[in-house]
Order: sequence, then C-alpha cells, then structure tokens
Amino acid sequence: MNNVSAHVVILGGGHAGGTVAALLRQYGYDGPVTLVGEEPIAPYQRPPLSKAWLKGDADADSLALKPTEFYAGAGIDFRPGVRAAKLSRAARSVELSDGSTLAYDTLILATGARPIALPIEGADLAGVLYLRTAADAERLKAELGPGKRLVIVGGGYIGLEVAASARALGAEVTVIEREPRLLARVACEELSTFFHDYHRKHGVAFVMGASVDGFVGQAGRVAGVRLSDGRVIDCDLALVSVGITPNDELARDAGLETARGVVVDLEGRTSDPSIYAIGDVAHRPLPIYDRMFRREDVPNALEQSKQAAASICGRPAPAGEAPWNWSDQYDIKLQIAGLPFDVDHVLVRGDPATAKFAIFHLKGDQVQCVEAINAPPEFIMGKQLILNRKPVSREKLADPTVSMKEVAA
Amino acid sequence: MAKITYVEHDGSEHVIDVKPGLTVMEGAVKNNVPGIDADCGGACACATCHVYVDPEWTDKTGEKSAMEESMLDFAEGVEATSRLSCQIKVTDALDGLIVRMPTSQH
Repeated sequence: MNNVSAHVVILGGGHAGGTVAALLRQYGYDGPVTLVGEEPIAPYQRPPLSKAWLKGDADADSLALKPTEFYAGAGIDFRPGVRAAKLSRAARSVELSDGSTLAYDTLILATGARPIALPIEGADLAGVLYLRTAADAERLKAELGPGKRLVIVGGGYIGLEVAASARALGAEVTVIEREPRLLARVACEELSTFFHDYHRKHGVAFVMGASVDGFVGQAGRVAGVRLSDGRVIDCDLALVSVGITPNDELARDAGLETARGVVVDLEGRTSDPSIYAIGDVAHRPLPIYDRMFRREDVPNALEQSKQAAASICGRPAPAGEAPWNWSDQYDIKLQIAGLPFDVDHVLVRGDPATAKFAIFHLKGDQVQCVEAINAPPEFIMGKQLILNRKPVSREKLADPTVSMKEVAA
Repeated sequence: MAKITYVEHDGSEHVIDVKPGLTVMEGAVKNNVPGIDADCGGACACATCHVYVDPEWTDKTGEKSAMEESMLDFAEGVEATSRLSCQIKVTDALDGLIVRMPTSQH
C-alpha cells in the first residue's frame, strides 16, 4: 500500500476478521487498523463450540485467537459489541450501530454468516437454540446434561457434531433430517451411510425425510417438535442447524457485486477496489476447479485473510491452497480435502466397517476431493494430489496395500 | 514460564515466554509469531504447525501419538526431529526450548 497511514477498517470480529487484523501487523503494516466485532468478546475459534468445548475439553482462553490484550498491544483498535449499519462508498465511511461513523481508506468485509432461522410456529420458544457464537454455545451447554432430550433439526456437520458431543454428555438425541440421507448437501452417499450407522450405534435416533412443522410449547418453553405428518417428538430442548446464510446485506445495499455472497478476486478484492471481502461472506474464485464458490470453512477464512493482507501490504500473493476441512465425532476424525466438483468416478479405499477408510472423488485420473475417515495419509497425500493436479492410477488408489506415497509417486 | 525460541525459516528469532499448559503451537500463534499456521487450531487435523525440534530437546518434548506420527509421515520436508507443535505441551522442563520452522506449512 502506498499510503502508509491509510486507515484499514475490518467489519466482523470472527475467524477471518481477527486473522486479517493480526496478519496486517505480521506483514509489517503500521497504519491505523480498526476491528469492529458484533460479539462482546475478541475473535475466537468457532469449530470447538460443537466439539471439544461443548464436551468440556477446552476452555474460553484456548478458544481465543489471541489474548484480548494483543489488540491494544498491536495498535489495533478493537471495538466489540458494535456492528456496521450502513456503508457509504462515496464517502468511504461506515455508520456503526452505536451511532458513530468510521472513515476508511481500505475496508475489509468479514461479516460472516448467520444460522438460517426456521420461520415456523413456536420458533421463538425458550429452548429452541441455534449454534454459531460462543454465547449460543453457552446456552446450549447450560441446557445439556444426562437424560436431557435434545432434538436436532438438520443432519449436517454442526448437527452431527453436537449429536456426538451431547451423547458424550449423557443426553438423549434425535436428529430430524429433511433429506433422505444425512450430510446431503456436503458429503457423498457412502459417507452419509457411514455416519448414519456410526451415530445409530452410539444411540442417536434419526427421523429421515421428515419436515418440521412447528415447535410445541408448554409454559413458554419448547416441549416437542411437530413433524408435517402430525407426529410430535418430545424434547427438553431443540437445536436448529439447517445451514447458514451470508451477512452480505451491507455489500448489497452499497451496490457491490454479489452472487451467493460478495464477489471477490484472488486478492479478496470486491468490485470496489478499496473494499475486500473474506471468509463466509465471500463468493470467491477456486482456481483448481475453475469456478466461483462461497465456502463456509475456517481454512477458507485463513487463506483469504492471507490473500487480502498480502494485497494490502503489497506483498507477493500467497501460494494457492487446496480447500480442506475437518470434523470430530466420537473417536472419528474426518478430514476432507478438495471439493467434489465435476466428479465422474467415486472409489472407496479401505473398509468402512473398520472405521478407517477414504472416499476419493475423481475426474478422469485426477483427484478432485477426498473424504478421509481416521486416515491421515489419504488426507495429506490426497490434498497434495488435488493441489498439484497430478494424475493417479485408479487401480493403485483403490488398493489399500499400495501405499499413498506410491500412489502419488 | 518457559522461554521458547521460535526460529523462522529465514533465521528470524522470536523469544517468547510461554505459560505452562499451553502448547508450543499456542505459544507462537497467541503471540503473533509468523511461520506456524495451525489452521485447525490444535485438533491435530492439518499438519500446518510443523516444527523441527532442536536435537538437544527431542528427549524432553515427549512421544508422538499414532495420529501425529501418521500426519507427519506424509507432510512435506519431514525430518527425524519433526513434530506437530500443537501436540507438544509446554512445561517448566521445556524452559529454553528451540524450535525451527519449515519453509511453508502448506
């Protein structure tokens, strides 16, 4: 950046916002930086909220990206508890919810996403919960315990991770899924089947292909979930985890180009060159797959933070990364590399019955995506194959007696 | 507190006082030391907190779990002293520890 005193304003204090603020300093940017976060606490990791933290294996300090005092020490003006209300591109300023106005030279939208709410009867009853923020997680944790009946609406990753953690805490869990299979939007059928069986073995009940009609209340509190066929599933609390929607209204209202999120390039830059967008809110290029996509994972937030910080500091663009993500459920570590675009062949390496196997998604002889269950070699080598686009032999890949090093050789 | 020296690939040194109980990874990340990415935040899921433990210290940093071993076996630039720094818990016995970072974590 030519103007060393230019003001960088970051809207959003999540994983992306917190990371880009720290990276600007790490990359030597010494102009003013303001970080505006809607939540009352400094940026923290969300992934453990449904996993280690919920089970009591991680404390608040370990969740924080940086200690709270880091921001002042690094000269970052961190403003918790406020959100942006209006963006004026012509004036290069942002109106905040506390009535103040911030002028910017460079703006970074890291406003994230929010859980999709169910617009149905009883959704505002006490005990109908969502999970996105640390405060959401506190409420959920406070209500969980031995014998508590939890109904989870939505069998995606968040729902299933909470199911596993709630079982560990002794709760009774029922998952209601609209689709005929779990993880329908994000995983292949083989993986859906594996997780379905694994959760059933751990005592989770499922109602598949069912839509939720409303929540049944008793004295202002949820007491059951009513399905469209009239069945009611009794519960003490309900979690709605049916996906997230990007917080891109600010950008839309300001006339920035948007698609499924705010459209950006590989530097994280929007259609306005002085505005960047990173993390869950961004609709970004995926060079490996030659398309645009909005991702909802932490590695995406981190990669885009690096792209934007490098661009702002005039550093060379960081090397491209393969998309990846992970999930912990019971003793299962799922590691996913790549995304299953343009796949013409799916093969399973290893035996799902051993809970140690990998599902490879191929386009011709190229690996597009791997879902590795307790299988780090398949994940790591698969990730490298996805990034370097090296062709593989399907026969070797399908044979677990051939090492991944040999497959990738 | 344990004094830990983090050496970047280009030789830049960062000497940090790390509270026992944190991991070597957390000591770097929470103090904004570059070179350790730790994308997964310590879940042993990503191998982006790879370090080389100074040979003088490999006895004191403990054993690798099967998961860590397996992750490292396939990471790039692995040597005998390689560890995932999220799996090394800091204790007073690690006062003076030196770790070096690889060229890249990705």
